[in-house]
Amino acid sequence: MKELAFLALDVAKAYGATYADIRIIERQNEAIIIKNGRVEELGASTNYGFGIRVIADGAWGFAGSFLVERGEIERIARLAVETAKASALIKHKNVTLAPAPIITDSFTSPVQKDPFDVALQDKLAVLSRAEEVIRKTPGVSIASASMEMARHKKIFASLEGSYIEQEMTECGAGIHAIAISGNDIQERSYPNSHGGDSATAGYEFIESLMLGEHAAQIAEEAVQLLTAKECPSGEMTIILDGSQLALQVHESCGHPVELDRVLGMEASFAGTSFLTLDKLDKLRYGSPIVNINADATIPGALGTFAYDDEGIPAQRFDIVKDGMFKGYLTSRETAPILEQTSNGCMRADGWGRLPLIRMTNINLLPGNSSLAEMIDGVKDGVYLSTNRSWSIDDKRLNFQFATEIGWEIKNGKLGAVIKNPNYTGLTPEFWNSCDAIAGQDEWRVWGLANCGKGEPMQVAHVAHGAAPARFRNVKVGVGR
Amino acid sequence: MIDVKRIEEVMRIAVEHSSADQLEVLASAKETALTRFSNNHIHQNVSETNMGLSIRAAVGQRLGYASTNRLDADSVKAMVDRATEMAAHRPPDDRFTSLPSPKATRKRDLVALSTVDCSPERRARQVEQLIRIAEAGELTAAGAFSTGYNIIGIANTLGVLATTVVSDASLKTVMMAETSSGYGSAIAVDVDDIDVEKIASEAAEKARISIDPIDIEPGPYTVILEPDAVADMVSFMAFAGFGALSLQEGRSFMKERLGQEIVSPLISIWDDAFDDHTIGLPFDFEGVPKQKVSFIENGVAKGVCYDTYTAAKEGVESTGHGLPAPNIHGPLPLNLIVGAGNSSLNDMVNGSERAILVTRFHYTNLEDPIKTTLTGMTRDGTFLIENGEIRSGIKNLRFTQSILEALSRVEQVSNERQMKDAFLGTIYVPALKIREFNFTGATQF
Ligand SMILES: [Zn+2]
Repeated sequence: MKELAFLALDVAKAYGATYADIRIIERQNEAIIIKNGRVEELGASTNYGFGIRVIADGAWGFAGSFLVERGEIERIARLAVETAKASALIKHKNVTLAPAPIITDSFTSPVQKDPFDVALQDKLAVLSRAEEVIRKTPGVSIASASMEMARHKKIFASLEGSYIEQEMTECGAGIHAIAISGNDIQERSYPNSHGGDSATAGYEFIESLMLGEHAAQIAEEAVQLLTAKECPSGEMTIILDGSQLALQVHESCGHPVELDRVLGMEASFAGTSFLTLDKLDKLRYGSPIVNINADATIPGALGTFAYDDEGIPAQRFDIVKDGMFKGYLTSRETAPILEQTSNGCMRADGWGRLPLIRMTNINLLPGNSSLAEMIDGVKDGVYLSTNRSWSIDDKRLNFQFATEIGWEIKNGKLGAVIKNPNYTGLTPEFWNSCDAIAGQDEWRVWGLANCGKGEPMQVAHVAHGAAPARFRNVKVGVGR
Repeated sequence: MIDVKRIEEVMRIAVEHSSADQLEVLASAKETALTRFSNNHIHQNVSETNMGLSIRAAVGQRLGYASTNRLDADSVKAMVDRATEMAAHRPPDDRFTSLPSPKATRKRDLVALSTVDCSPERRARQVEQLIRIAEAGELTAAGAFSTGYNIIGIANTLGVLATTVVSDASLKTVMMAETSSGYGSAIAVDVDDIDVEKIASEAAEKARISIDPIDIEPGPYTVILEPDAVADMVSFMAFAGFGALSLQEGRSFMKERLGQEIVSPLISIWDDAFDDHTIGLPFDFEGVPKQKVSFIENGVAKGVCYDTYTAAKEGVESTGHGLPAPNIHGPLPLNLIVGAGNSSLNDMVNGSERAILVTRFHYTNLEDPIKTTLTGMTRDGTFLIENGEIRSGIKNLRFTQSILEALSRVEQVSNERQMKDAFLGTIYVPALKIREFNFTGATQF
């Protein structure tokens, strides 16, 4: 394989590339979904290919193919250079890359229990047991349980001399209950919505979720929501649980600090960012208790790796420190604008896509409160849990989220369940209204396996550490 | 480069190797390229060559799936065995009856060689043309220009065997001034049909006339939605309720309302893969010929689309709307058409005392699939209309609005329609004028 990688780099160089890298990736995947007592999906897939990225005439080109053979590697290397030369027809200046260390290394993410060695019957049994509990709960209309496991073997080689092998194993699972009555549709998920939770770990992660033990509760809550009262409308104090906060961090902090986005490189698709370069070190992003970092080194988190897809080592750095905006996610191409080197955030969705700046693990750091203490300090408000719907404008300012469930808070006590909760706000206003964050005991990392970006569209696996937090004067119950 | 024979050969190997009771092979080959630009230069330029093979094996009523992009004979046979083994290990599905039997399909390829052969240099030259227009207006252009083709083949052990080739080209751009932006886009089978100058000029004009947008209070307004915004809204509607699975599971807004008027009589929505204004395959991903399906006719809920599985449940025929297996969403329409009216965008503007004109929506999402509550932002050209004229650009607004209620309050439908990218596939849509559209929030730009 090393020989094929070097062949690609040699061919690219011979055709005029001044920089080239190749990634050869093999992905193995298994997915199981059980819905309403029926195995909806039970499949295995493999995917193999390579992508070559070059700079020629001072501009970028990329080409990838599924056929990992000498002749095709030569063709694709030539095509990548030809494509770069076409890019160079309309350029303002030559692409320059921040210096990177030359690395020869290999890394395998730790796995206690290989998910591909666990018998299919055992996996089906875990899901069936949880799904059956949900399905048999009176009032439930749709019950489902799913799990997915994947292994990527990646080789990265660059003309500069790096050669890195990484093998990453990921596992995820979740359960879901839907209750329908007339035009009312309510849902509950565990451990999170949109497929559950995932991690860079082995089957032990799925076991640790104990899906079966949580099935009855979400099923009962889904049914209970049908007769619950509507979320109130108005401005009030809200407390968000960790999983909803994870998505809040994702949309209102993670995306706007991607430096490619800030520089307009995503303008035609997902948009730009309110966190323009003049805001760095100057903007009060949140209240002084808000601290957010990027940390690609958290053991087992879904956004963890050893090296990014430019061969840069995984790093940890501040995004928001004591409420002040402190840092962007960068790449070798973009970091020089800040007179920095890359902080290692370039990742691609497989061999056929170009690496882009992606979130790693973007975390709201724990505070010194607790959920109980936060509730105690609320006279009139709501506690909201588990994302149902999300939307944010193209500079990442105006957001609106709906959650699966909420509870009233009256005079420091958690009260009745409320349905159809949603809340809206403007990013800096919202984070500046944060007056309490729960501590380390209630902090955990949430994997998010569906982050979309780029054209052609790429899906990234990222994660967010969060503990519940409280926000004052938030607009709730929108559109009623 | 188009090699239909290779796809047929791969399918033959798989079908002949099968030891399952029934076996289905979905094979594809594609070459796609995309030139992306921002800040008035090309910053990403990519291409991908890939093939794929998905197997669905039935052992009695047990189904197993496997897929790969390794298409040498040994790998293909191994995947057939893997799918069959997966099937053997699972409990039976008593609702599964059979894979589809062969039916006469209309042979049709929708392919333009100019698209298939489009070089990076040609894409660059056309992007250059667009950027010149942006620069002339002192605007910053971003966007993507893509070309490619896809060969799709489907075969099963009951004798289904069909292949088709489809090419597509797409150009979209956002042009930005200091305080405003504008959007233009087009998709076509033939790259020669993409009118770069028209798209660029539209985007530039929108950016120009929306400069220095004013603040406006959220609330209910009459809106004029241009085709991009209508496409977004109807795509979500289709996803939420036009497929048989959503109806059978009771999560479609169509449930218990078939035959009733659910939106304005000015609205008709159907799916037709053979319409000239869509990019459609002649058969679905089970090899079943595509049928025209009416969802809403003059405001009345008419029906949903089916794949083999959901059709068997109701004892009806598949309408040819199966997606690649395994698929948790059930059948969905890929070639949506919204009926034309007799108005025009100009008429709508001229006839409005006070209204908001929306170019497109951004980041829309359903909060409730049965009430069809949708939220999202406006983007790239939002205008206040007063006394029949565009008065000024306005800062973008958030809406939270039931789609069904919005479509019940349609006042005018344009005669001119445009083909747009849908959630899945394409959608051919008019502009709509709708009263009391619920804007619930605002942003700072
Ligand atoms: Zn995302």
